[in-house]
Amino acid sequence: MTHVSSRLSGASASPAFSRNAVQPRRATSPARVILTLVMVALALYFLIPVLWMIFASTKSTADLNSSFGFWFADIHFVQNLKTVFVLQDGIFLRWMGNSLLYAGVGSLGATLIAAAAGYSLAKFHFAGRDALLGFILGGVLIPATVLALPTYILLDRVGLINTYWAVFLPSLGSTFGVFLCRIYVASSVPDEIIEAARVDGAGEVRIFFTIVLRMVVPALVTVFLFSFISIWNNFFLPLIVLNDERKWPVTLGLYSLQQSAQSDPDIVRTVVTGSLVSTIPLVILFLVLQRYWRSGLTAGALK
Amino acid sequence: MLPFLLIFVTFHIIPIFFAVQESLFRQQSSGLGLGESVRQFVGLGNYTRAFGDSTLYAAGGRVLLYGVVQVPIMLFLALGMALAFDSALVHARQFLQVVAFLPYAIPGVIGAILWAFLYVPGISPIVSLLQDIGAPSDFLSPRAVLWSIANVSTWQWTGYNMIIIFAALQALPRDIFEAARVDGAGAWRVAWSIKIPLVLPAILLTALFSIIGTLQLFSEPLVLKTLTGNVTYNYTPNMMVYNLAFGTNDTGYASAVSVVIAAVTFIASIVVLRLLQKRGSQ
Repeated sequence: MTHVSSRLSGASASPAFSRNAVQPRRATSPARVILTLVMVALALYFLIPVLWMIFASTKSTADLNSSFGFWFADIHFVQNLKTVFVLQDGIFLRWMGNSLLYAGVGSLGATLIAAAAGYSLAKFHFAGRDALLGFILGGVLIPATVLALPTYILLDRVGLINTYWAVFLPSLGSTFGVFLCRIYVASSVPDEIIEAARVDGAGEVRIFFTIVLRMVVPALVTVFLFSFISIWNNFFLPLIVLNDERKWPVTLGLYSLQQSAQSDPDIVRTVVTGSLVSTIPLVILFLVLQRYWRSGLTAGALK
Repeated sequence: MLPFLLIFVTFHIIPIFFAVQESLFRQQSSGLGLGESVRQFVGLGNYTRAFGDSTLYAAGGRVLLYGVVQVPIMLFLALGMALAFDSALVHARQFLQVVAFLPYAIPGVIGAILWAFLYVPGISPIVSLLQDIGAPSDFLSPRAVLWSIANVSTWQWTGYNMIIIFAALQALPRDIFEAARVDGAGAWRVAWSIKIPLVLPAILLTALFSIIGTLQLFSEPLVLKTLTGNVTYNYTPNMMVYNLAFGTNDTGYASAVSVVIAAVTFIASIVVLRLLQKRGSQ
């Protein structure tokens, strides 16, 4: 395991930070102050839309136009929340539920599949393995949005348009996940353990589920997190394969609301408050799982 | 392995075949526009049409201009921030990193919607501030709107790229820098002559992701399109595909354009990957 951690997470969070912490604290130099100020300015830039969203979600429609955008006016947050949740008999909650379902179940499936594929690519020697690997890498280079129309044509031919499957099935193949799992299995699951299990009479399926999966948990969490994000953020595919608004994910729902806000300014507060509500789960997920996304990106950079 | 292969082949390989197949046909509505439309084999007709289509060239040129400007600015920002964080000269480092990464956790469409509100006069505090000091404030004018879109992507992806480069920087052995410092190299010199060359693979990787991202530009302009006529249905190649397929039902031609975008993306990626491998083998 030590080998793995040096390879995968070694460059990320903990050792790196402690390395710098060892350095003696220097007195505040002008360079330090200027650099920090520049960084704070950049941080403000990243926060601007978020701050505006938070302030705007507390305002009445009239105040949205008349009060200063980066501060509070009369607080109408609860009323705004109400407009979000009563919209068309609670369709917003349904959109959130759909997003959670697509992203939750989809990324769970994608993670399992990626683990199995990564495991076989790392541990089994079969004809054409390298060719297959190159092929999958090629697959990474064709972006999802370019595949959206072809996927639509495919789903249309098999009659899955406007079903949950239309969003769910295409999200199962995580090429990034396969790569990460392959690297991780190769370095963290010793051949001897698999051999020993085989000698003891364990079947291949059992070995995979009871031994391999347990040894690669950190990689699995990372793959899960990144597929969760990419499915949650998915927009183009749902836009073209789902007509029924009751099956929409929240991204698509908010987009359609934003469009109708053009003709009805009163909807703006609903769009803003809905956006706030829809981003909270992901931001929490991110803050809680910091260690994992940092190590995931590190692995990507070292690949 | 099998399940992944199945999914991979079904949703990565087969669609491409379908797209290629579909791109050889054309839907033609019969006569008066009544009744069934006729599917007609046109061979490479859709491709010759694509290569002579000024709308497609305009969309492609726009994305090219966008990429040439936005990608370097974003990566420069990301690299600068990563170096600053790596130098340990910044206070509250971890907090600032999380803030920079925050936009990545916000779905692209939502980010675009939020910025859209910040571009519209009336609601936007930024526009009214600019108006107060008499600065130009029309984010949606024909010339400005492309850069307003670029701002959304820069906002969204700088932190993500920064973390990738930062992670690569942190993985470098520290003793090289000590040695350089002993030899009298200043912080700038160390960053320029040692750190940047060593993390070049990570920078190229972020460049690869960014180029792919640029070529798929879709949801940001689509969101801004509701606000201004200056973003048309054919603003980017991907929007053009969407419009052709679902606005005008010209699936064959849409597929051909899709195939062309895929091919261009693929070639661009291969070029960057080659650079990456060349650096790696040195």
